[in-house]
Amino acid sequence: MTDPVLAVHDLSVAFGALKAVDRVSLDLRPGEIHALIGPNGAGKSTLIGLIAGGLRPASGRITFLGRDITRRDTAARARMGLARSFQVSSVAPDFTVLQNVTLAVEGAQGRAYGFFMPALSDRSLTDRAAQHIARVGLLNRVAVPAGDLAHGERRRLEVAMALAQHPKAFLLDEPMAGLGPDGAREFTQILDELRHEAPILLVEHDMDAVFRLADRISVLVYGRVVASGGVAEIRANPEVQRAYLGDETLP
Amino acid sequence: MIREGLLNTLLMLGLLAVPLIAQAMGEPFVITLATKVAILALAGVGLNVALGLGGMVSLGHAAFFGIGGYAMGILAAPVQAYEPLMTWPIEVPGTKSMPVIWAAAMAAGALAALAIGALSLRTAGVYFIMITLAFGQMLFYFAISWPAYGGEDGLSIYVRNGFPGLNTLDPIQFFALAFGLLALALLFAHLLARSRFGLALQGARQNPARVAALGIRPYTLRLTAFVISGAITALAGALFADLNRFVSPAMLSWQTSGEIMVFVILGGVGRLFGPVAGAALFILLEHWLGGVSDYWKLFLGLILLAIVLFARGGMIGALAGRQVAHD
Repeated sequence: MTDPVLAVHDLSVAFGALKAVDRVSLDLRPGEIHALIGPNGAGKSTLIGLIAGGLRPASGRITFLGRDITRRDTAARARMGLARSFQVSSVAPDFTVLQNVTLAVEGAQGRAYGFFMPALSDRSLTDRAAQHIARVGLLNRVAVPAGDLAHGERRRLEVAMALAQHPKAFLLDEPMAGLGPDGAREFTQILDELRHEAPILLVEHDMDAVFRLADRISVLVYGRVVASGGVAEIRANPEVQRAYLGDETLP
Repeated sequence: MIREGLLNTLLMLGLLAVPLIAQAMGEPFVITLATKVAILALAGVGLNVALGLGGMVSLGHAAFFGIGGYAMGILAAPVQAYEPLMTWPIEVPGTKSMPVIWAAAMAAGALAALAIGALSLRTAGVYFIMITLAFGQMLFYFAISWPAYGGEDGLSIYVRNGFPGLNTLDPIQFFALAFGLLALALLFAHLLARSRFGLALQGARQNPARVAALGIRPYTLRLTAFVISGAITALAGALFADLNRFVSPAMLSWQTSGEIMVFVILGGVGRLFGPVAGAALFILLEHWLGGVSDYWKLFLGLILLAIVLFARGGMIGALAGRQVAHD
């Protein structure tokens, strides 16, 4: 078995008395989509925040590309190739599509401190940005402010920004939230191709998409991993059905 | 609605034309007013880098304005007293040379902004406003209680400092210097807004979490912008002290911080030429309404209220419409 790209070991964080993430261990291997499912409040977004760097764990360790990144800040982790999307669309709303992706390319190049040359006349930035925009099918929207995009378009813009980071791993927090059935189908396609760029740790509520895309699934309940394994295994797990899948059909 | 570029051109041509006409008509006081507009606009251009591009609501920019003023006073005072600036560890003479004073003012402003920014930028929102205000007030009280350079009474420099090849005592020539520096600062701010740094800084204003997730630290971006901002405002302070041939703690007071912010808000936050429009309107109102009524600031307040409530882009926004994305 190949070494995991990303691994968390015994990670915990508490908000007051609430153990939001409780001794979680999991890993992400090359080429796979590892889905993280669980009911609302299970700690999925908190876990993504811990891995991406916005939150500091109380205990535990995170390794990425064989290095311990537990003490590195968000920007340092991003520069190592950890690309993240947020549960709520997170772009610069006043910037155009092109400006948003150009900013992402700039971050990937690690060169944000040019003070005189216009960024949008720099072909080393904009050509690359245009490639990523084309990949998510937004080329006809390059000049539109991100705040004016439709929801699904904004989701795709986030993917283009993540691609621009030349990621070694994606952390995607509910990328399909709020998309209609058609949008979700289309997005499933995009994610399926994305796994060839880098492995994906995917938090998602859309079970159709999860079962279609995931190579492995981990189930998080009250901050703990209650089950982890292949798709068939998870579907068949009675504890999972009780704790989570059954839950979905309840009003 | 007219295009912003045209509006900006008209604004600058107006600022250039008024003193030239005043010169022809023999009205040196009007030239001085125009010089004041150019200098205060320069201070506003500095603040606008922090406030407009970076979203940092600094209520302490008088600190940098005053530091620039005192840099001028401290360098020039020993010359008129026929003393060296310092004797230990080496003897350093004072100077009456504007370029040297400007460089010193900008360096001092940048250094102060680095120290104040490094601490203040760990906070955000209203705490940032309060802590920048507190730093400004600290410097204000320090200047009042520091007897070496005049303390509360301030410090007079009897002869305006010199610039190679110009007679700075001639109002129109001094205006040309102030106007030239303003134009340079505007050009720099224009380039800055479109540069890689400007893109990242404005991104961090809109969505810091996203910019961090792209591998760029918002704190470092903001601190850099704050230092640039402080240096430009300090340069304006040095010019302002030279205009009045006087520097006093009033330059460091929080009212000064408020006025610099008023220039930016009147003209339009984040609009390149906003501080020029704002400072021009402020000086016009001060001069005209101030002649009519001692309570002219009441009218200024009403105008400010109207602009904040009804024209979010300030005067530039009201005349030129919504800001178009930089291309």
